[in-house]
Amino acid sequence: MANFLQQLINGITLGSIYGLIAIGYSMVYGIIGMINFAHGDVFMLSAFIALIVFLFLTKILGLGFLPVAFIVVLIFGMVLTAVWNWTIERLAYRPLRGSFRLAPLISAIGMSTFLSNFVQVAQGPRNKPVPPMFTQILQFGEPGHEVTLQYRQIVIVLITALLLIGFWWLVQKTNLGRAQRATEQDQKMASLMGVDVDRTISITFIIGAALAAVAGALYMLYYGVVNFADGFLPGVKAFTAAVLGGIGSLPGAVLGGLMIGLIEVMWAAYFSSDYKDVAAFSILAITLIFMPSGILGRPEIEKV
Amino acid sequence: MTSIASTEGGGLGRRLQESLAAAALTLVLCVPIILFRTDSDQNTGQLQLIWRPILVAVFVVIAFVGRFLLLTAAAAPKLEKAAVVAKPRSAAASQALNLGGLAFLLLFPPVTVALLGGGGALKWIDSYGIQILIYVMLGWGLNIVVGLAGLLDLGYVAFYAVGAYSYTLLATTFHLSFWICLPIAGILAATWGMILGFPVLRLRGDYLAIVTLAFGEIIRTVLVNWTDFSGGGAGISSIPKITFFGLVFADRPGGFDDFFGLEYAPIHSKLFLYYVILGLALLTSFVTIRLRRLPIGRAWEALREDEIACRSLGVNTTNTKLTAFALGAFFGGLAGSFFAVRQGFISPESFTFNESATILAIVVLGGMGSQIGVALAAVFLIGGFELLRELDLVHWLWFDSEIIASVVILILLGLLTRRWLLWAAIIVVADAAIILVQDKVFADQLAALWPGFYSYKLDIDPTQYRGLLFGLAMVVMMVVRPRGFVSTRAPSIFLKERKSVSGDLVKEGHG
Repeated sequence: MANFLQQLINGITLGSIYGLIAIGYSMVYGIIGMINFAHGDVFMLSAFIALIVFLFLTKILGLGFLPVAFIVVLIFGMVLTAVWNWTIERLAYRPLRGSFRLAPLISAIGMSTFLSNFVQVAQGPRNKPVPPMFTQILQFGEPGHEVTLQYRQIVIVLITALLLIGFWWLVQKTNLGRAQRATEQDQKMASLMGVDVDRTISITFIIGAALAAVAGALYMLYYGVVNFADGFLPGVKAFTAAVLGGIGSLPGAVLGGLMIGLIEVMWAAYFSSDYKDVAAFSILAITLIFMPSGILGRPEIEKV
Repeated sequence: MTSIASTEGGGLGRRLQESLAAAALTLVLCVPIILFRTDSDQNTGQLQLIWRPILVAVFVVIAFVGRFLLLTAAAAPKLEKAAVVAKPRSAAASQALNLGGLAFLLLFPPVTVALLGGGGALKWIDSYGIQILIYVMLGWGLNIVVGLAGLLDLGYVAFYAVGAYSYTLLATTFHLSFWICLPIAGILAATWGMILGFPVLRLRGDYLAIVTLAFGEIIRTVLVNWTDFSGGGAGISSIPKITFFGLVFADRPGGFDDFFGLEYAPIHSKLFLYYVILGLALLTSFVTIRLRRLPIGRAWEALREDEIACRSLGVNTTNTKLTAFALGAFFGGLAGSFFAVRQGFISPESFTFNESATILAIVVLGGMGSQIGVALAAVFLIGGFELLRELDLVHWLWFDSEIIASVVILILLGLLTRRWLLWAAIIVVADAAIILVQDKVFADQLAALWPGFYSYKLDIDPTQYRGLLFGLAMVVMMVVRPRGFVSTRAPSIFLKERKSVSGDLVKEGHG
């Protein structure tokens, strides 16, 4: 039981990170029907940005108080990653609107290759270890069966929850969110009603990147190490989460993220950690084949 | 970067303004990731920041100048757009081109041997000829799936792996010869293609891409972890070499050279391998060309253009897709088993997603559906990057004869896209940048002025830039020329006369 509780905590932590990335996939897919293959690498890039800003604050400015440093890291990471993703959308995806069906996807694959190689060239291929932060732990349960709750796990889940509330408010209650939902339903109609479709799509990429940036900073905090190749697997798993929850549905993305996190952690704990990626990939394939609209997604209507 | 401009060109002030904006954007993009490099301290192992303002300045200047030149090029009076209907290549000319290419491929090894001698030719035949032909074959195989049937397969390398491991396991366990294993490997790969394809091919195109990607990764993970079966991450070595109808290529009695009374030379086995892969690649191409004229091939292309129309006309889309998928997998399997016999050693490392992306890049850049285009793209990408490994050559090309190289590249790109000013601008900027960062004389002068210079400089190792350039090329290609280098389509059925149609005219439906 203690072991199960422990894995539950670990799974929810990991799942929060996946959920944050998954929202980016889900929103972009919802609004322009494109799998943003480069999103995982944007996440990786944001982890590097977080790492560099963190090192800058602590080593060069000598900021000693970690919570403040981490908040500054989050803010800078969100802004800079958003600028990156905005530029990527402008250069690689916008010119392709109205091109043939696979063009944006191929462009995104190229962008993904470019980003991971770019970070490799700019920062070197080695693992980058980060000094551990928020290392305190809480323990409860009887001796021999303790459940450990790390402070950083609390930080991760708390930040994710706060962000999701803010994000939900943004999409449901503001004009911006309304424009976004309208564009998602029907681009042409939305533009006739005075919604600036291009701007709305840009903002979607910006929001997705900001959430991925938080995920990147949290990932750095949780694992304590970042590498240029870290975008691929978390990216595919987050995409799996988005599909599992129902692509285009935002609560679905979060739910899917939590499920994938839990499945991965439980699989590694009770079966074998060698095949945990196979488990995630198989779930992706099985969901797509038997339940292509996911748990909370709407079935796709084909318009001729 | 043409896309940033909402209004193309404009007055000088406006152009300067836009260029400044581009420079400012570049500055923001560069700030953390280029300005600081994280490096482990040698004593403590902790990360340190090394700061590189010069590099950021270089990027900002490139962005400013490049943007300005692009806008100027866009503002220049436009030449009349190239005729949409390509000049009909006469059947005779196109046949002559094909025959010429074929003759070149057939004569390439003997000519190289005659020119460079057995030892010198080895490298050219092995790491250029055979290596490129493997990718040509993979490109043609994937072209059936992506180019003809319009199914995006991101896990093509899985079938390549199935082929390679089939040959290896059959040859090491049952001691079967390469020629028996070759078709078996192909059939096994095709079977896997069908097993995967059957449930998956009902999905929409981009879902299919992701599932194939997942499949590729599953196969690789299984190969890494199932040590008893595949040798795990360490791979399998000492795979039996290819034989010439039972004669081994070795320096011993009863070997190939002994049997024919020749003096032993390692080049003989390479020559044989070259012709084998040439034959396999040509087989792929031949089958594709013939199939395009059969109902099934027409159904593939129709499916690529508009799936809904196809369904309305009674084409069984699942079966049609499945045949394309299985056939592509079959050729991937053949290429894989050739790879294993040529390499003598295989490990899961050779079958990563990067490999799939490379093959896809070849197909996309070559022009989806075009046989010649795919072959040319393979030569450019694979041959080009093999050439990049030869540092002397690169050095000669860029630093001792930079002008020649630039002019050649300009002519090539200009002829292909007819946007001379644009490419001239890009090349001038690229040259300036390369001189700034890499030119030894300039760097030394700069270092004399400012001793700290070398610690800020990027170490340029061309092979590191392979992935970077692949990725960039895919994006640029999609933006500038989404139909690839060779974008004309020769219809397989026509009324009265054959007309090649420019790819721009072929509109793909949103099926």
